[in-house]
Amino acid sequence: MKIRFYFIIGALIAILFASCKKDNYDAPEADFNGRIVYKGEPISVQYGQVNFELWQSGFGNYSAINVNVSQDGTYSAKLFNGDYKLVFSPNQGPFLWRKNAAGKQDTIAVKIDGSKTMDIEVMPYYMIRGATLTASAGKVNAFCKLEKIITNADAKDIENVSLYINKTQFVDGSNNIATQQISGAAIADLNNLNMSVTIPGITPTQNYVFARIGVKIAGVDDLIFTPVSKISF
Amino acid sequence: MKKTNQMKKIIYAFAAIAFLSFAQSCKKDSAFLDKQPTSTLPIDAVWKDPNLVLTVVGDLYDRYPDYQTIEAWWTFTDFDEGFASASGDYFRHQNLEYGYDAWRYWDMGTYGYIRDLNMFIKRGQESTALKAEDRDRFLAEARFIRAGVYFEMVKRMGGVPLITTVLDYDYSGDPSYLQFPRAKETEIYDFVIAELEAVKNILPDNPSVQSRATKAAALAMESRAALYAGSIAKYSNSQLTLPGGEVGISSSLANGYFTKALAAAKEIIDGGKYSLYKKNPNLSENFAALFTDKGNNPEVIFAKDFKLKTNKVHGFTIDNQPRSSAEEAQGGRLNPSLNLVQSFEKLDNTYASMASVDGGGNPVYYTNITDIFAGRDARLAGTVILPGTQFKGKTVDIWAGYQLADGAIVTGDNFGQNKTNVLPGNAGSVQVVGADGPVDGLEFSAQSGFYVRKYLDPATGSGQIGTRSDVWWIRYRYAEVLLNAAEAAFELGDASTAANYLKQVRDRAGLTTALTPAQITFDRIVHERKVEFAFEGHELWDMKRWRLADKVWNGSNMSAGDFINATNIGSATRTSTQVFGLWPYKYYNPGNANHLKYIFKVIKPSRVTAAHRFRIGNYYSSIGQDVLNGNPKIVRNPNQ
Repeated sequence: MKIRFYFIIGALIAILFASCKKDNYDAPEADFNGRIVYKGEPISVQYGQVNFELWQSGFGNYSAINVNVSQDGTYSAKLFNGDYKLVFSPNQGPFLWRKNAAGKQDTIAVKIDGSKTMDIEVMPYYMIRGATLTASAGKVNAFCKLEKIITNADAKDIENVSLYINKTQFVDGSNNIATQQISGAAIADLNNLNMSVTIPGITPTQNYVFARIGVKIAGVDDLIFTPVSKISF
Repeated sequence: MKKTNQMKKIIYAFAAIAFLSFAQSCKKDSAFLDKQPTSTLPIDAVWKDPNLVLTVVGDLYDRYPDYQTIEAWWTFTDFDEGFASASGDYFRHQNLEYGYDAWRYWDMGTYGYIRDLNMFIKRGQESTALKAEDRDRFLAEARFIRAGVYFEMVKRMGGVPLITTVLDYDYSGDPSYLQFPRAKETEIYDFVIAELEAVKNILPDNPSVQSRATKAAALAMESRAALYAGSIAKYSNSQLTLPGGEVGISSSLANGYFTKALAAAKEIIDGGKYSLYKKNPNLSENFAALFTDKGNNPEVIFAKDFKLKTNKVHGFTIDNQPRSSAEEAQGGRLNPSLNLVQSFEKLDNTYASMASVDGGGNPVYYTNITDIFAGRDARLAGTVILPGTQFKGKTVDIWAGYQLADGAIVTGDNFGQNKTNVLPGNAGSVQVVGADGPVDGLEFSAQSGFYVRKYLDPATGSGQIGTRSDVWWIRYRYAEVLLNAAEAAFELGDASTAANYLKQVRDRAGLTTALTPAQITFDRIVHERKVEFAFEGHELWDMKRWRLADKVWNGSNMSAGDFINATNIGSATRTSTQVFGLWPYKYYNPGNANHLKYIFKVIKPSRVTAAHRFRIGNYYSSIGQDVLNGNPKIVRNPNQ
């Protein structure tokens, strides 16, 4: 009796192990990463707010894989090998995505065979140039110029320009401890923007803040930012 | 001999049994197999008896869609009207953005419902056994409900496939004849308006019918739908259009829709069968009773009704009753926000923050806890249970603690906690926080400093799980008709008519200094709907149709400074992304003139960590990938 009992346990274990091998796929292994760029310069955006879609046809359930773009314009995804189509849905990001002849968002074919690094070229409405962020006398002072990249019929106005500071490295409209805003109407010269914000008391005390400038373009959800800079004072 | 007899008997018996059973099987198969089910009624039997048809109509009414309702208190906390004081719902204040699929109303269930309505209409038209007047009323009701469902779909999704017949699959392997493209947004609105126009005179014109469709209900829905279409046209945004017109209405159509909205509203007003609820001379009590009084309420046009001692009851009062006087060990979930509370005007028609500090930034001391709220729109106390006011005859106990002379705070972390030797010169045990809180992070306490009053049932037992509440959910009421008329008239450039309709609603709220036609602005209209219809499920749709949602919920965080001596409270585009609260403290400084007076502090509940962000792509909910995969003719909504 005892021998038979062990035999049954042994058989069960054998079956369980066998099934572990048979019906599981390997995890996706190929790394797909890169940056969102304009002429080689990365585009900084708000954390978790900009994403693109990867579509793969040939399998039953047709739906997109969303890939998030980080604050500094980089992205990364773990994928299976295969052929994908990459597309930004309309109004994602502070830039214009090219359209195909039918006026729909055009796709980029991406072949994943092992890991791959790829920069995605986009056309931003504006670029922030020559930004400097410095601290003095309990304030963060910022200077920047704005270059209007899209000047044809798709051009858009600036709704506002904001300087954000925060305790942590996540700095945007929702994550900040202080902000200074210039409305688009108040901007006289795109090549000479100055902003300044008082650093509020921080608990627990720290002698640095993170700051960056964001530009809100009228009718576009996502802002374009400068890279986050850590400012000691 | 005896044995043989016995044997014979057995044989006879067998023969008899065999005979009986063979005779049984001689019946036709159909007579044996085709049995009428005893648990469901066949269609032709139903359509013989108006009472049976009524049960079918009852089911159709029961599936009528609502988004924010008293059966789902938490939906009121998704925007800026309220804070969710329940640990499972804090996430509503911690998600930055709304998903593109939020408020989606387009799936198997939706079109299954429309199919049931179409089937009901088809069978009704074919039936001959009912009296014509009964049959016509049922058919008109089904068309009214169907119009309501399409209205709900168009306001959430934009244009949808307009299906008005019963579609059946022929099992040919080719479903393409069942694939319909999306209709234009205008076509759906036009369908809704035309259907309601067509049925309004078939439906009874009887103000005592409030839970079934009436002429006024059809007109009220028509006026709302036309108003929505008109404002979508007027405030159209080039990004919110699709080339096929599935989304977006041309601005040239705006005046046509506003004219229809005004005409439909006027037909109810001029009919004179409805009026504002004014039974109680105490204006705040009156406003609260408007929602709970089900006897001869002249204001209610169309409501979802409930009944005690059936399974049609709801737990809104259980969930939201003040914790200190609750009939169960719960309540207090829905806390109106300071954002909403400070929106209520002062009696001289001006806007002001709650005066927690004076112009110089020094705290203001109040002898009574309710003094800070004095001189405001009567609807404030009718919508919100303020600290120091009563519900079911019991005063709520909302205060956050003591503030000592040196600014130190003495408070507790549980309802009505007592502490010993915490106050200077008092070694005894004292209560250091109200029995209703507020305690930050303690669910069911008034974490914003307020409890909700609107729709809270004053009946005994309404806060008990075994009894629950039968307060109805009012979908259309006369005040909305007046405000629809005011808005439509204003948009058509007739400010004096608008002022006249607005006056009736504002008089009832105690704002007796009438606004002059020159004072009626778009911002005034937006504000009036905000305070009149708080917690009535209008906010999201109003903000969407005015295209204000992406401005008001713009993802920028707020600070206490936005609630202290704010100057833009009446602005329609004022940012309101995070809910704030106002906490009363007792000032403890024996010998000082202000000893034991109340001071107030603007606070942000610590569970509020993100600012709401409504993106352009949220104006029309995304269409499910299963729908897109199943029907190649469906185009996606813009900006997603």
